[in-house]
Amino acid sequence: MVSGNAEVMRKAMLDALSLPAFILLFTMMGFGSLARGAGFGADMAAVASLLIWGLPGQLAMVELTSTGQGFIAIVFACSLANARFLPMVVSFVPAMSRGRSNLPGMLLDAQLLSINSWAVCLREFPQIEPAFRHRYYVTFAASILTAAVTGTLLGYHGAVLLPAVLVLGLIFVSPLFFALVLSAVPGRAERFSMILGCATISIAHYLFPSVDLLITGVVGGSLGFAAGRYWKGGDAN
Amino acid sequence: MPTETLWMIVMGCAAATFIWRALGVVVVKRIDAHGAFFQWITCVSYAMVAGLIFRMIIMPGSELASVPVATRIAAVAIAFAAYYLTRRHLVAGVLAGGLSLSAMAAWLA
Repeated sequence: MVSGNAEVMRKAMLDALSLPAFILLFTMMGFGSLARGAGFGADMAAVASLLIWGLPGQLAMVELTSTGQGFIAIVFACSLANARFLPMVVSFVPAMSRGRSNLPGMLLDAQLLSINSWAVCLREFPQIEPAFRHRYYVTFAASILTAAVTGTLLGYHGAVLLPAVLVLGLIFVSPLFFALVLSAVPGRAERFSMILGCATISIAHYLFPSVDLLITGVVGGSLGFAAGRYWKGGDAN
Repeated sequence: MPTETLWMIVMGCAAATFIWRALGVVVVKRIDAHGAFFQWITCVSYAMVAGLIFRMIIMPGSELASVPVATRIAAVAIAFAAYYLTRRHLVAGVLAGGLSLSAMAAWLA
């Protein structure tokens, strides 16, 4: 069990630097360069990474802006692409084992959440003393957010020119990292939900591309929840 | 597009994303963290995240689409093999997967 402010913060920074910070640096470089192509300023791109803080939504914003869509359409598409934050916040907050009365503090925590911190913290929390989990989360999230904003600016200014095949490998690293982290998720219902989510999106993406993730969450999650209850047997989940 | 319009888009997108986060806070303040509703919404979040990752690998909107899907699946398999052979070393898994994808893309090009 890791505990103590200094030790927890050190672990959070080391965990961020071990991989996630670099992944975000490279992924957001891609976003920075796309944002430039769509006509955004460097300051706008950096603020987008800082305040939207959800790549699928950021990419939707840039793509629709470059194709000349209207304000409402762009904001709506970005919002839909980032709808996962609702269930992610709900499933994440109780894991921090913290009081749920400080509303401004909770909103700030919710603003800092991303798939990276969600997946890494849920994986690391069992090894961290409950009283120090919030500090771990904030330190980790702030570290990778810094890397993301730095990457956005580097990509915007085209600081690093890499061979095309290497860029492909770097884009690939982000989903790969999440897939590896989530492959170790305990809990039967969660595992069923992930498998059924992959199955659902294969169909939903072709039938309803703009709301494919929402459908995936509700259908895959509900079926996974039901399957988890049905096959619970004797073990506690 | 004028600068003001672009800033409005960025801030509008930030606000529209924050709405989901704030709704999450509203919901989590009202629910029992051991109840069935919490378990259901946790399942929803896992399904959404897994679906998103699956979409990024199998049906990408990025330049990854230029690499054949069989190549991407092979690179995922290599990453998982490296990850489990090194007793769940994330860096080893990610490096093996990323490099093998780059190598296969270079070989196919």
